[in-house]
Amino acid sequence: MSQRRLFGLVLCRLFCRGAKVVIPMTNVQSPCEARQSASPSQSLTVWFGQCCLQGAMSFFEEIGRGLILLVASVYWVFRPPIRIRQFMEQLDFVGAQSIVLIGLTGGFTGMVSVLQGYTGLHRYGAESMIGATVALALARELGPVISALMIVGRVGSAFTAELGSMRNTQQIDALASMAVEPVQYLVAPRIIASILCMPVLTIIFCFFGMVGGYWVAVGYLGLDAGMFLGGVRYYLDAGDVAHGLTKSVVFGLIFSLVACSEGYHARGGARGVGLATTRSVVVSAVLVLLGDYVMTSVMFG
Amino acid sequence: MAEIIRVEELVKGYDTQKVLDGVNFSIAKGSITAIMGVSGTGKTVLLRHLIGLEKPDSGAVYLDGTNIVSMGSKRLNRIRRRLGVLFQEAALFDSLCVWDNVAFPIREHRGFSRTQIVEKVEDKLAMVGMLKHSGKLPSELSGGMRKRVGLARALALDPEIVFFDEPTTGLDPVTRAAIYRLISRTHFEASGTFVIVSHDIEGVLDISDEVMMMWAGKIVSRGTPEQIRKTSDPLIRQFVTGSADGPIDVDMTN
Repeated sequence: MSQRRLFGLVLCRLFCRGAKVVIPMTNVQSPCEARQSASPSQSLTVWFGQCCLQGAMSFFEEIGRGLILLVASVYWVFRPPIRIRQFMEQLDFVGAQSIVLIGLTGGFTGMVSVLQGYTGLHRYGAESMIGATVALALARELGPVISALMIVGRVGSAFTAELGSMRNTQQIDALASMAVEPVQYLVAPRIIASILCMPVLTIIFCFFGMVGGYWVAVGYLGLDAGMFLGGVRYYLDAGDVAHGLTKSVVFGLIFSLVACSEGYHARGGARGVGLATTRSVVVSAVLVLLGDYVMTSVMFG
Repeated sequence: MAEIIRVEELVKGYDTQKVLDGVNFSIAKGSITAIMGVSGTGKTVLLRHLIGLEKPDSGAVYLDGTNIVSMGSKRLNRIRRRLGVLFQEAALFDSLCVWDNVAFPIREHRGFSRTQIVEKVEDKLAMVGMLKHSGKLPSELSGGMRKRVGLARALALDPEIVFFDEPTTGLDPVTRAAIYRLISRTHFEASGTFVIVSHDIEGVLDISDEVMMMWAGKIVSRGTPEQIRKTSDPLIRQFVTGSADGPIDVDMTN
């Protein structure tokens, strides 16, 4: 492989998913490497076009199967039997077991926000605004987004890895063969639990954020407690909280759907599950941030 | 004898490769039928079609007179309650212990009381000799033990049709013989229809009533074990004797 070619490959890889960069292990090209890279007779332009097409196709394929899974989940949720046990297990895993993590990250986020906000506001003598600033930031943005990103890492990855392993060891087939609908048994409880838990976790995140922020502002920076809380009370209204919670519900749907879809359709053994998990976390995180922007611009636009 | 499974002109291809190329056969009720063939001739794919896990490109699969190919999931699930499947690697649920794995289909079936569930599970576990390991997780079991638990789970509801996907592959000769004895004994007691997909010809010829030979996506011949043993068909002869030379070109020369 010439250097120009390798450079082109890496460049293409940056822009589209269909292109695969194959770094030769030895000077001999094995058949699987030949299968992955384009044939040398093609021009780079043709190859680039093909890669883009492939990338676009797999992109739409992924969206399609995700949406199909969503429709199937909605369909099966309302069909008996109701999977209470699976649902409770997922509530426990997604919600209860995440509380420590969310409380911790929330606390530190609030603490650092106050610290950073203080350096800026202090210059203008606007320390009285610190409480309101942090409260608004937490309720509208930091709370839903950071807790969603943490849950993507903790829960989304686990969803994908678990479902992917079950797919690869035929456990999903075994469920189906025993007349148990896999979507109803595995996917739907996870999606519903995620949608329900995200707003609660966001509230916990914001609560600990405010506690941490209060502690730094009053205990460490020596600001007046009444001033801090007064600002919060005056500037923060229920609309901000509702806005943040709406976002968190959507984030819950996005990440659980991506994670379940990637796991449910994972192929290719241990490597396939690993790749699916990576993809699940990356795609969820990007979609959370993208969705955050879209929702903010719609709700405030 | 009445037929319970009937497959007509089943065709299935993946990408450019045709795995099933017009499969036709029927299986008599209450028999043990073996589907044999070298690795990669589409035996497992055929089995997945018989359970309705995959949809064929064309053709029909009749289970007890109804075509499951065009069936919706609700009706398919009703049919599946009458089936039991032992998967290749047993496919036990690794989050559940042995006891719960066997109890799973019984609980899912509903309509059984607590005492009935306990009774059934312990009966099946005792049958495969796994009662003393009932609290263990699948990851704590050996391959042979997992197969036995899988067998107990497949038979948990005393199904009318039981499918075995390579029940003895990867097992030592003693465990293999024990599994075959278990299969023929349960068939004698439960009198369901057993379909065994395997390439383990010796064990399969001993216990089955009828043997089908699959090659290149088709059923190329069928007969009783005696007929198979005595046949002059070079294809079957090669398979029975396990010779590398013959009409079956395993294609390892290039």
